[in-house]
Amino acid sequence: MRGLSFDIAHMLAGSLVLVSFLQLYQDRLSALINVFAMHALVLALSVAWQAFVQEAPHLYITAVIALVFKAIVIPVALRRIIVRLGIHREIEAVVGVGLAMLVGIGLVALSMVVMLRVTAEADPLAREDLAFALSVVLLGLLVMVTRRNAVGQVIGFMSLENGLVLAATGAKGMPLVVEISVAFSVLIAFIVIGIFLFRIRERFDTVDMQAMDRFRGEQR
Amino acid sequence: MAVIRDIAFQGGQMLLVLLLAPLLTGFVRKVKARLLRRQGPPLLQPYRDLIRLMRKDAVLADNASWLFRVIPYFVFAATWIAASLVPTFGSGLLFSWSADLIALIAVLGSARFFLALAGLDVGTAFGGIGSSREVMIASLAEPAMLMIMFTLALIAGSTQLSTMSAFMNSPEVGLRVSLGLGLIALIIVAIAENARIPVDNPATHLELTMVHEAMVLEYSGRHLAQIELAAMLKLLLYISLIACLFVPWGISPPTADPVHLAIGVVAYVGKLAVAGVMLALFETAIAKMRVFRVPGFLGAALMLALLAALLRFVSRSF
Repeated sequence: MRGLSFDIAHMLAGSLVLVSFLQLYQDRLSALINVFAMHALVLALSVAWQAFVQEAPHLYITAVIALVFKAIVIPVALRRIIVRLGIHREIEAVVGVGLAMLVGIGLVALSMVVMLRVTAEADPLAREDLAFALSVVLLGLLVMVTRRNAVGQVIGFMSLENGLVLAATGAKGMPLVVEISVAFSVLIAFIVIGIFLFRIRERFDTVDMQAMDRFRGEQR
Repeated sequence: MAVIRDIAFQGGQMLLVLLLAPLLTGFVRKVKARLLRRQGPPLLQPYRDLIRLMRKDAVLADNASWLFRVIPYFVFAATWIAASLVPTFGSGLLFSWSADLIALIAVLGSARFFLALAGLDVGTAFGGIGSSREVMIASLAEPAMLMIMFTLALIAGSTQLSTMSAFMNSPEVGLRVSLGLGLIALIIVAIAENARIPVDNPATHLELTMVHEAMVLEYSGRHLAQIELAAMLKLLLYISLIACLFVPWGISPPTADPVHLAIGVVAYVGKLAVAGVMLALFETAIAKMRVFRVPGFLGAALMLALLAALLRFVSRSF
């Protein structure tokens, strides 16, 4: 039982990394949003499994929060935003897919090396989970860097936060208060960013971040 | 006595794959046609096509060299040998001592190399474009394939297919992230290698989209029959490979009684049917990619395989 429960936790955390790679691979905004919803779904599954393994019922609440807000509410809202902005068919990426994936592999390798060396004597379950969580965080940052569009960057930010939640549930005994406050801060960040998107759009007629370089005086 | 039984077993397997390959192709075509609400050709149509082609005269271009005439036989033989190495319904194959997974990839690679040469041989534009695209796809698919095989061999502790499938069947293998990543990568590679839809369309004769068909455009008669049969065998081979590595249930052990063998055969045919339906569903649901997007698609397979190998090394702790 111990072996199997560990394997499933490992598998789910690994799938989260895999879905992060899928995010890097997508170049259309609507597909990116779908993959983000999948990311949150896998996260919810992973957290629920951790709740089951650690017998920590409050983690189920975390899973439900992830499922409702991140897998349903935020993707639907983002889809509305991109449809209203008329950019749902836009293709946007700063670098090519191949290069982004290569950098992603490098980041995963880096997080493995760092985490497994730092936490040498920790519980193997927490250890591997932490390594995966760090990779998800780094891949989220990479998504933010490789997107030119503000909406893509928002998705990168949200998936980064998913990595943080994964890390927190892997470690035993995280209080629920922390989780709820993190979830709400992300939600508020989402609302603020959403408002900003429209403000940016009103002022500059685009949400392409390169257009803003001009206004900073960085003439290309 | 044991030798005779082994030979009979190996011969039975070779005969079975040869007989099932056209049926599998016909089945996939039928399912695809039904999904498009067409009647579709009957299941046995590929057999009829092959027999018809065998009867027809082969037309050769004036400037075709001897290589052009020899290659169809070579390609067919190499693919058939490769297909006979993969455990399908039983793992006690006579040939399995002589060749492992890496040899299997090498045999398939040489078949592809000669087919590409044949495309260039006559000197028509289509053959050239087909060969160049095929080689481009192969140069990306092969490293990914080798990487997947290294990962699997590291996990199973062997490159011998029968040993690997026996290991995958045992309870100690568990659920592993590397295996999941390897499976996805292997499916991507299999799709690309068999010229299925997101990479190439097996049913088209539209010059801008075809890869495999362009390469064999100059062939006719019995030569074309050999090449088509080889392509069908290759599809069967990849499905068998995925089945014997990732769903090895039902494969009968080397020293098995007839009951186990019968279960093995039934399980194998069932797996082929499931894989055929899934392939048809996937092909119906997805559009063909531009040729220049194929490197990204196959690059993803390579990345996944790399990631799988990486995870295998890192999570040694348990």
